[in-house]
Amino acid sequence: MAKQDTTGARAVKIAVFLIAALLLFAPFLFQDVRALEVAARICIFIVLVASYDLLIGYTGIVSFAHTMFFGFGSYGAAIALKQMGPGWDAVALGALAGAAVSLVVAVAIGLVSLRVKAIFFAMITLAAASVALVLASQLSHLTGGEDGITYRAPDLFKPATKLLTDADGKVVEWFGVKLNGKIAAYYFVFTSALILFAVMFRLTVSPLGTVLVAIRENEARAEAIGYRVVAYRTFVFCASALVASLAGSVYAVWLKYTGPDTALSFAIMIDILLMVVIGGMGTMWGAVVGAVLMVMAQYYLRDLMGAASEALAGVPLLPDLLNPDRWLFWLGIIFILLVYFFPKGIVGTIMQKGART
Amino acid sequence: MDRLAEQIGRFGGVNLLPVALALVAFVLIGAPSSWVTLTVAGLAMGLMVFLMASGLSLVFGLMDVLNFGHSAFISFGAFVAASVLIALNHWLVADSVILNALALAFAFIAAIGFGLVAGWLFETIIVRPVYRDHLRQILITMGALIVSEQVILAIWGGTPVTVPRPHFLEGSWIIGDVSIEVYRGFAFVLGALIFVGLHFLLNRTRIGLLIRAGVENREMVESLGFNIDRLFIGVFMLGSALAALGGAMWAGYETLITPALGGEMMIIVFIVVIIGGLGSIRGTLLGAIIVGLTANYVGYLAPKLALASNMILMMAILMWRPKGLAPAVK
Repeated sequence: MAKQDTTGARAVKIAVFLIAALLLFAPFLFQDVRALEVAARICIFIVLVASYDLLIGYTGIVSFAHTMFFGFGSYGAAIALKQMGPGWDAVALGALAGAAVSLVVAVAIGLVSLRVKAIFFAMITLAAASVALVLASQLSHLTGGEDGITYRAPDLFKPATKLLTDADGKVVEWFGVKLNGKIAAYYFVFTSALILFAVMFRLTVSPLGTVLVAIRENEARAEAIGYRVVAYRTFVFCASALVASLAGSVYAVWLKYTGPDTALSFAIMIDILLMVVIGGMGTMWGAVVGAVLMVMAQYYLRDLMGAASEALAGVPLLPDLLNPDRWLFWLGIIFILLVYFFPKGIVGTIMQKGART
Repeated sequence: MDRLAEQIGRFGGVNLLPVALALVAFVLIGAPSSWVTLTVAGLAMGLMVFLMASGLSLVFGLMDVLNFGHSAFISFGAFVAASVLIALNHWLVADSVILNALALAFAFIAAIGFGLVAGWLFETIIVRPVYRDHLRQILITMGALIVSEQVILAIWGGTPVTVPRPHFLEGSWIIGDVSIEVYRGFAFVLGALIFVGLHFLLNRTRIGLLIRAGVENREMVESLGFNIDRLFIGVFMLGSALAALGGAMWAGYETLITPALGGEMMIIVFIVVIIGGLGSIRGTLLGAIIVGLTANYVGYLAPKLALASNMILMMAILMWRPKGLAPAVK
């Protein structure tokens, strides 16, 4: 039975479609390096946030170890590319190794601790993530420690690579954009993100997704109907860890650098959390909107705050709070207010508009 | 085998765990003097961590509220105390033990006072609207943690702050070939005194009786006509104040503090309350001492494993006793 969309839901879907279109044509629409950087980051974070939403929004599991899995993927690809030299075999091997480590760790954490209360699980994942962070900085011969690793991506993604050449052997330009390796790299990120997102979306609308929601809403009843709650939870924890790990590998290939700040730090975990809550928990669309808003804010809000801080130079404390480095302060406050007043986030709230009750 | 278990149970059961740990470490370390130094350091660290963790554990036991923002009190306590000590520096360098001690006392009182007020604000503004909703609790207290970390960064800046120590707590006692830092001894004694005080409060007074009854069965206490909510604010404020005091003592112990301090301690505090069992003061003390000892022993024997060791310890104990070593009766 098809469900009639509310006007709000339609608006959200149109917005998401627009975002997807903008991302698809991003290299041609925004022709500077920074904008492309932002677009790629948005693609990766949409996947990362959506996979986190599988946990927190659909199943009601609060995990703080999501960046750990992202980091496993990143470091897997990074170490393979560093040790084996640039090549697709290194990318594949690194991504697989990262995914395998993620799976093993996720199964271990899941089986040990998903039986206990949500709060215990949150604490245990937090501790595990911090251990991973410490390990990354301690095993410096492998991970480069605090400095991270720089390496080269496969040759196809070099800026000097010519995708299409005209009769003179020069790079073909479309709409004034040279079709070089940078474009190839962006579309590699975009396509991978699209595929991962589509797989997750398919998962949420499948019968399995319904079971997950049932577990979130009433664990005891789901168990009583005959679903093995721990098995389902462990499964979804592993699935989301796997997706996060793959997203990490893709991002590592794009950035050509992997370090604690880009792949493992707790700041990324907070970003993901903010994105999920701002966008709206329990809908895949929310992940898209949240990731777009937050990444844009990260890149462009700071400029705005810098200007505001200078304008208020004479006032005590305010300039310090408006300092571009303090932007998390304001996001934190917005976050708290959102959890209070709009627990469904932007998308969830809009989608209810026009609903017949 | 059963008889052995019974014997162990009679002599204190899980309470013997730190002793067993110390014995194993004694064999592994070999040198008695280093062992004594490490044990004292571990006990001192354990008691400071106990102060930080006790509030978290009690608040959870009484109200089923887990405050992820708890570490904010720890770092605020550390920074408030550091500021007071820096402001009173001329008392610290003075050649009078009384002035030295007064400066230290003021610093601790400032931290405690801050903890009480901030705890009250935190409870009424942040936590109260989300009672009995674990998901939103975790999110909101996490948000509050982000905001308070940013406030610390805005006020004190990102550079490490050097904390001056009172003169009479500098240096070490040398007994034979064993050297013990004076500050560690001081932290141990103060922590032990506060534990005894808390134990007395919980087990010998009427308020303590109500708190313990509330942890065990909240509805029953409420139906007997006691206002658990008011009691809870009190416990929350007390817990925050203890965390701030723990942070202040930790600041003096480390002597160099950064805004990242709260986050680092938070992991340890979590591990402690999980090991000890949420909601019980005795369990928290036990967990804190085990974690403190392990951290110091492993830090000496295999420095690279130091943080991972706590994690492994927690996993092992959770497999053995999923509710922690000495959980509160529910």
